[in-house]
Amino acid sequence: MNLDYSQFLMMPQELGLLAVFLLVFLYDTFMPKSTQKGLPLFATIAFGIYMILGFLPVKEGLLFGDMFQADKATWAIKNILNIGTFIVLLQAVKWANSDFVSIRRGEFYELILLTLFGMYLMISARHFLVFVIGLETASLPLATLVAFEKKYYESHEAAAKYVLTAVFSSAIMLMGLSFVYALSGGNLYFNQLACFIMGEPSLLLILALAFVIAGIGFKLSLVPFHLWTADVYQGAPTMVTSYLSVISKGSAAFAFFIILVQVFGSAYADVWQWMLYAVIIITITVGNLFAIRQRNLKRFLAFSSISQAGYIMLGVIAANAVGMASMMYYILVYIFSNLAAFGVIAVIERYTGKVTTDDYNGLFKTNPWLAFVMMLAMFSLGGIPPFAGFFSKFFIFVGAAQTGSVAIYVLVLIALINTIISLYYYLLVVKAMFIRQDECAIPKLKSHWTEATGLWICTLGIILIGLVSCIYTSLSDITASLSGVFGMI
Amino acid sequence: MYLIPSLIMFGCGVYGFITRKNMIAMLISLELMLNAVDINFAVFNRYLFPAGHEGMFFSLFAIAIAAAETAVAIAIIINVYRVAKKVDINDITKMKF
Repeated sequence: MNLDYSQFLMMPQELGLLAVFLLVFLYDTFMPKSTQKGLPLFATIAFGIYMILGFLPVKEGLLFGDMFQADKATWAIKNILNIGTFIVLLQAVKWANSDFVSIRRGEFYELILLTLFGMYLMISARHFLVFVIGLETASLPLATLVAFEKKYYESHEAAAKYVLTAVFSSAIMLMGLSFVYALSGGNLYFNQLACFIMGEPSLLLILALAFVIAGIGFKLSLVPFHLWTADVYQGAPTMVTSYLSVISKGSAAFAFFIILVQVFGSAYADVWQWMLYAVIIITITVGNLFAIRQRNLKRFLAFSSISQAGYIMLGVIAANAVGMASMMYYILVYIFSNLAAFGVIAVIERYTGKVTTDDYNGLFKTNPWLAFVMMLAMFSLGGIPPFAGFFSKFFIFVGAAQTGSVAIYVLVLIALINTIISLYYYLLVVKAMFIRQDECAIPKLKSHWTEATGLWICTLGIILIGLVSCIYTSLSDITASLSGVFGMI
Repeated sequence: MYLIPSLIMFGCGVYGFITRKNMIAMLISLELMLNAVDINFAVFNRYLFPAGHEGMFFSLFAIAIAAAETAVAIAIIINVYRVAKKVDINDITKMKF
């Protein structure tokens, strides 16, 4: 069998990312020691150029014997993830050059780029083997990144918890896939599986479906599988936490959507929609209720991100073009809001080592700009108009409500009530910064220009994305053109 | 028939992962689970779809992935041992709730 090498030209984003990775790797390996300090900036600029080039349109098609999909939706979600990764890299420049991290700074950038590559594979996979390889490529290097702060005990504890639960959940998912394989007629292509999985639902396949949902639910930290989240977010370096919470989650959500809709969409829509229905309700509620009692801001954002994952899943349960568009839009907005919050936390943690809510008392007096950005992030996460978070929540509710079933209306109502609960704890942070006073508030900080740029990008994103309507319109145009995916339901 | 050993292995793995307190033992349990998956794929391929090789390839890749996972997990456990002098999960509970 001859491989048609011109197929590689249809995956420019993957090749571009690999080129950036190789450049960073060569710089790290061969450049003299005196220039190593420039590596973080070099990697960030190289990635930024690649990110801008990534917006060039791509050709559509199925590559490598239907294993790899390149279309407008995968192109769009990859660009969204690129933007988030760029902000993370930008904010990490100063941290990567700090005394303790500097000796391993090259590894940080290489591993981050590799995990991003794994996520690309996950997103584009149309065969379960490619999907599994992508998932592992995305999750294993992340375990080493979580253990990156070598001198902190918490970092290692978090990494141990992360890697053990990650392997456990992927073993469960692989077991489910082996049952899918047994019932599928001998192959694991998404489009052929969809034809085989028809007729009366079989019990074994429902079990397999539950296993697959559990495996991906771990990556997304949906509630019965969320126990690792708070510990890992707290223990990991803040840069890695922000990467974990937005990029890894966004890619897994998209892949989850494709698998559920394309593979199990035809005969099992009832089964997985009810499974997801229960999962969404407890995810949003438990995430909210646990977030209220957190005092450590990183743990607080961990639980908040659990409940945000529940909202993202509303787009999946809708399983239509509007659901997909609003899910991608939600991920985009969530990237900006969460990265703004983590950016402020990272700046303050790096200068003072303080991460609890009480430490933020009176922050507005000493650092008005940081407090302002944090306030915007909290408002956006909570969904207060006119910030982007309001629009993303609005669209995702609309997408879910469009299915027209009464059960989903109830689900949207529960999500709406939970939005109001979530405002309470988001505003607690704002209250600490603006209203409460403290004698020993955090002193005035001067953040590095890269961190300031990252925060500026996030601020502009939070304010503008909701108001610039062409972003959502273009996303919904893209998903409306994907007739093949939704034709199954 | 050939599924019985793999299912028993998988069950033992899950049981061991939940009950064991030593992280190395937990890792061994995880390996049991992953190997059960490999056997499953090979068995299904051999008896249900002898014409294709997809299950065999899948188990080959799964073996490679399992090896990578073990390497990373062992490295992390060694690191935990360096800083905490213990590999018992009852002792690494600094972060809770």
